[in-house]
Amino acid sequence: MTVLENERVAALESVKPVRRRPARRRAGLAGYLFVSGYTILLVAFGIVPTGYAIYLAFTNDRGQFTGLGQFIKVANDYRFLPAFENILIYLVMWLILVIVLTTVVAVILRSRMRPGLSSIFRFLFYIPGALAGVASVLVWLFMLDPAVSPASGLLKAFGFQNFAQVLQPENLPVILVLIAFWTGAGGWIVVMYGALNNIPDEVLEAARVDGAGPWQSAWHIQLPMIRKWIVYQSILAFAAGTQLFVEPQLLQTASLGRVSPTWSPNQLAYVYAFQHGDFNGAAAISIFLLALGLIVAAVLVTRSGLFTLDNE
Amino acid sequence: MKSPRLYRRTGRAAAAALALATAGVLAALTGCASADQSASGGSSSFKPEAQDANSQITVWADSTRLPAVQAYQKSHPDAKLKIVTYDGSADGSTYLQTKVQLFDRTGKGWPDVVFGSPTDVTWASQPTSPSAKPYAAPLVEGLVKKSTLDNFAKGSLTPCQFDGHTYCLRNDIAQVVLWYNKTLMDQWGYQVPTTWEQYEALGLKVAKEHPGYIVGAVGDTNSQESYFWSSQCPAQQLQSDGTLRVDLQANECTRMATLLDNLIAAKAVSTQGFFSQGFDGSKVLMANGPSWYGQYLFNSAFKTPKGQIAAANPMTWQGESTAYTGNVGGGVWMVSSHSKNLKASTDLAEWLTTSDANLKAAPTYPAYTPGAEAWLANPDNASYFADDISGPFKTAADQVWTGWSNTKFSDATAWSSVVLPALTAGKTLTETLPAWQTAIVNEAKSVGYKVTTK
Repeated sequence: MTVLENERVAALESVKPVRRRPARRRAGLAGYLFVSGYTILLVAFGIVPTGYAIYLAFTNDRGQFTGLGQFIKVANDYRFLPAFENILIYLVMWLILVIVLTTVVAVILRSRMRPGLSSIFRFLFYIPGALAGVASVLVWLFMLDPAVSPASGLLKAFGFQNFAQVLQPENLPVILVLIAFWTGAGGWIVVMYGALNNIPDEVLEAARVDGAGPWQSAWHIQLPMIRKWIVYQSILAFAAGTQLFVEPQLLQTASLGRVSPTWSPNQLAYVYAFQHGDFNGAAAISIFLLALGLIVAAVLVTRSGLFTLDNE
Repeated sequence: MKSPRLYRRTGRAAAAALALATAGVLAALTGCASADQSASGGSSSFKPEAQDANSQITVWADSTRLPAVQAYQKSHPDAKLKIVTYDGSADGSTYLQTKVQLFDRTGKGWPDVVFGSPTDVTWASQPTSPSAKPYAAPLVEGLVKKSTLDNFAKGSLTPCQFDGHTYCLRNDIAQVVLWYNKTLMDQWGYQVPTTWEQYEALGLKVAKEHPGYIVGAVGDTNSQESYFWSSQCPAQQLQSDGTLRVDLQANECTRMATLLDNLIAAKAVSTQGFFSQGFDGSKVLMANGPSWYGQYLFNSAFKTPKGQIAAANPMTWQGESTAYTGNVGGGVWMVSSHSKNLKASTDLAEWLTTSDANLKAAPTYPAYTPGAEAWLANPDNASYFADDISGPFKTAADQVWTGWSNTKFSDATAWSSVVLPALTAGKTLTETLPAWQTAIVNEAKSVGYKVTTK
């Protein structure tokens, strides 16, 4: 998670609308040197494996070209549609929650709170994100089991008498969103806070002089000015969301099988690879996920003009 | 410098994607190789690796069998062992299978000796890919003596046998018996049931006279083996022609579903698992379950005081003369075909499964008959109980129904991820049978079985 966090921030720096220097960019050795480390890692652990997955997805285990055969095969699997349906429900809930809530919290922290208090809160929000995914699932398993949870009174008030009732299939998207939000939101709040910091004080000052209240300046000034960050967040949160694996996998084990072992598409790919020994089918499922992520990113990027520079 | 407008680029990209997609569709239409997995070509003759009698062997055991492996190390100080603890394939875990798939691809890392479930043998006796060799070594003459194999309890090596070879040694059997709290039964003047009909009647009576007390629970990952296997329900029955029979509408299944539904409705059977957090063991009057319930459930988990719990023979159905029972687990030890020290590996596996030294104090009922005698003769294994358990244990060991086949998929998955959530949501077993059947059929087909539902 933390690696992703750093990536996010680094990437944000680079997509920041260029206001300062419209001058011609000079090519220099230093630039290549700086990107080389990342490029090498990207090629070794990003591009090459993706290429290998594409190769696997279009061939069978004898190395023969199969066209779309692997894709048709996995799409006809009885677990394929349910897995994508699960992930879709999860994504809708997770995206709305993470985008709306982190932005609102960031605005409040930035404009409605003393700086000292605000930094304490930012730190507190960020702490769960520093926990590894596995540890956070274990924390939630503990929290959600009425037999041991410190909040068992609350769970029972909602009608959950035992762990099995909590883990009913219809509750799973909510549980997974809770876990994801708890671990992921803190990082996004910090990022959004940074984005809001980028808005010059004079702009807000001018709004105040013109009689805008705090909510009006949030709605009319701050939100529009961090629009690109929100789009960027949507792309990354969507991509991360489709990759859901660790959380349902651990829930599956910890619930002694009450959660389907193929709840998310990534889990289905895992079952294909490591139980059926069908790495080609597994690759085809992951290509489906890749395509989904690329399409959504393309739509968001073109619609929002994320990468257009402001100096035209 | 003007940056190029993005939509123009996407236009081109879209065109390229379209072209690519068209090419793909064309390729698909013009007939390509099949996307199906290569069929594993059966087991060819076993060729051992180059042997090195001094090499270290790696052992994977679950935490329950860890002390036994450590005891071997203690009594054999010269043996070079590297002991690793893992989940032992419990509750349908596929950890071992996952790892072996990876080891087969990287060409190294296999444990020499491993404790696993009977389900594991179904894939371990086959190659995982055309180039791999089966993980489990056939325990041919020269590794394990035939006379040793003959001493295992009747049918207990069946899950180990494929194509005429034995690929594992059975560690323990988990024959299902009827457990009951003798103290409470005596106090309330109840007779121990000998038929399922009596069991149902007694359950309904308990619900009325002593509400809160239960005669069973169905919420564990293996409850179907205690109940539906005992009822001879053809949930996964391999036919002689290799097809798998899945017929949950058979009378043997519906009669058990109806019985349990009645008891669940009366709150005499819980839909929770015995092993779920916070289960109140003091309210358990009876439990139809495996031989290891005695020590693991009543003694360790429920902390029922000594001298209260007793076991009875498996129950019959009215109109049937023989009793059949289920089997819940019972592990196996496999030796790796990749082992560089087969002698040391088989020696360990044999000691673990057949030596009195190990078996008389084994945590579960040994599959090796002489070892089982030694186990029953050990007062430590019997002193906890209110009665002599050796009768019911021996009877049940011979009554395990053989129609519940050891399949390539675990029977725990469909039961726990389809049936148990439905029960938790308040549905009855009878109305969940079709969904359960679909889940088993789908799973069976996905691992390559031909299925019949008649």
